[in-house]
Amino acid sequence: MKLLVCISKTPDTTAKIAFNGENTKLETAGITFIMNPYDEWYALVKAIEIQEKWGGSVSVLHVGPSENDAIIRKALAIGATDAHRIDTEAVSADQVAFQMASFIQQHAFDIIFTGKETIDYNGAEVGGRMAAQLNLPFISFASHLDIVTENEAIVKRDMEGGTETIQVNTPFVISAAKGMAEQRIPNMKGIMTAKSKPLNVVTPQEYSPKISIVSHELPPAKKAVQYIDPENMAELARLLREEAKVI
Amino acid sequence: MVLVFVETENGKVRKAALEAVYYGYLTAQKLGTSCQALLLGNAEDATSLGLYGATLVHQNDSISFNFFDNQVYSAAIAQAAKKLEASVVILSHSSNGKSLIGNIAYLLDAGSVSAAIDIPETDKGFSVRKGVYSSKALVNIEINTPVKVVSVLGNSLQISVVGANVEVQPIALDVLQPGIKVLSVDKLQSNVTPLPEAERVVSGGRGLKGPENWGIVEELADVLHATTACSRPVSDADWRPHHEHVGQTGIAIRPNLYIAIGISGAIQHLAGVNNSKTIVVINKDPEAPFFKSANYGVVGDLFDIVPKLTAAIKNLNA
Ligand SMILES: Cc1cc2nc3c(=O)[nH]c(=O)nc-3n(C[C@H](O)[C@H](O)[C@H](O)COP(=O)(O)OP(=O)(O)OC[C@H]3O[C@@H](n4cnc5c(N)ncnc54)[C@H](O)[C@@H]3O)c2cc1C
Ligand SMILES: Nc1ncnc2c1ncn2[C@@H]1O[C@H](COP(=O)(O)O)[C@@H](O)[C@H]1O
Repeated sequence: MKLLVCISKTPDTTAKIAFNGENTKLETAGITFIMNPYDEWYALVKAIEIQEKWGGSVSVLHVGPSENDAIIRKALAIGATDAHRIDTEAVSADQVAFQMASFIQQHAFDIIFTGKETIDYNGAEVGGRMAAQLNLPFISFASHLDIVTENEAIVKRDMEGGTETIQVNTPFVISAAKGMAEQRIPNMKGIMTAKSKPLNVVTPQEYSPKISIVSHELPPAKKAVQYIDPENMAELARLLREEAKVI
Repeated sequence: MVLVFVETENGKVRKAALEAVYYGYLTAQKLGTSCQALLLGNAEDATSLGLYGATLVHQNDSISFNFFDNQVYSAAIAQAAKKLEASVVILSHSSNGKSLIGNIAYLLDAGSVSAAIDIPETDKGFSVRKGVYSSKALVNIEINTPVKVVSVLGNSLQISVVGANVEVQPIALDVLQPGIKVLSVDKLQSNVTPLPEAERVVSGGRGLKGPENWGIVEELADVLHATTACSRPVSDADWRPHHEHVGQTGIAIRPNLYIAIGISGAIQHLAGVNNSKTIVVINKDPEAPFFKSANYGVVGDLFDIVPKLTAAIKNLNA
């Protein structure tokens, strides 16, 4: 099967967040960037598992400048076959989805994986936008994926208070959530072979983004915690009712 | 016109949909236009959407809407938006809403913002605010297209009654044939408010020591009419079902009250709960990082404290 995994780059969750003078851009000095965990742990590993069982290839696709190649090489070290990087700064979900879907239209993939969402902007928009442009089914927040035959899959999808089980034929777009696979750490051999795997640079299409960032803000500082005597839970109950007005 | 897609469950309008309608109403007020609702399928209480600001409910009850197929739903919503000449489309940021936003926005050639926490700023342009970087920052995003699509994060605004019951009117749409087949829907606890909609959440961490100890968490949740949640290691160990896991890799919630019991407050956990209005932390370790994010803190043994808190709330209610 021909599988494609879209991988993005995000600041590590523990990163301390600050912005430039105009508050439009993240201050990147001192921040560690990682492959988006949903893309790496679930989408990529699941695609590799399918390839191990059914044969074929796992390509990774990234929209971003060459300074992001380290993340692509990591995906290759974990086990992807080859990589494509669309050579433009990622500025919005609509732009990223448009660039990737335009690329995918030139190739035939059986399953196109994204992560559930990126952990920086938590948009969860790229997968749906691509599916719409490609006119393919989109199954979001999939926690299980079983390939039944080369062109049929059973998917479990998370939703409020439960799951849904779905049958779908290839090709389709799927966004991967926790549960789909187990994280894999690249080994030495993987890291060595990754260096010689193909990384193809793709010229972006002309596009003007549909949104723009006006400004960022840091959330208002929280009031200091009020400690309650563990022997006096009546006081806590009273405060929750009379002061916080939440019960 | 502002068009709000209304989600239903078991033949009734979901609470998240009432919020979306109210958000649509406030947005329409700012834009000097009306707010209308779109219902796909059935809801016996659809007329009540008028209470929260819809001036009309458009309904299409094709059997294709019996199960959720992203392509079928997004095509129908985009088609209705075009037909009704909506300039803004509002969705709930629920699991279905999150699945739909990208598709609908693409079909309407629209810019979009997901998980909005405030009414759009419309003085110049149309900008929407949301939380980013694991809720460590907020961002204002300008939508540059004539049609805009926004999804609203649960519990972001307090709804109130602003109108009266309204008419439900059929709308003709060319509904697609489903491309996928839903084999089963497994809802684990249908009588409990789902986490993203819950106003009160009682959450347990590894401090509980094992699944057999969850009784005290459930009893507290019971007296508070709260939904239960847990930290990631707890669901990883299968002490609790996966859909209860909150945080960066689980779900993000925004209840009025979040009670964290035996949870240390790691940044990845906070990413999903930090926006809660009031946070109570119960932990025996005075150095637990969670206390920095808490409104009320209780330092001590949870096995001792939680039953006492449950009793105190029962007393208050008596
Ligand atoms: C990329 C990534 C993503 C992650 N995503 C998530 C996520 O989405 N959600 C999430 O929750 N975690 C997530 N984690 C894990 C997170 O970092 C923490 O490991 C986790 O939240 C800790 O869970 P905990 O607080 O239940 O357990 P612990 O950290 O073990 O804390 C247990 C707490 O209980 C207290 N305690 C113990 N006994 C008692 C007692 N008798 N009375 C009172 N207090 C007691 C202890 O003092 C301690 O503070 C993620 C980690 C990574 C690396
Ligand atoms: N710059 C990018 N390059 C490749 N894939 C991306 C990029 N940005 C987002 N994606 C994919 O889209 C998914 C959802 O992203 P988002 O809609 O931004 O939350 C991610 O998990 C990735 O799989």
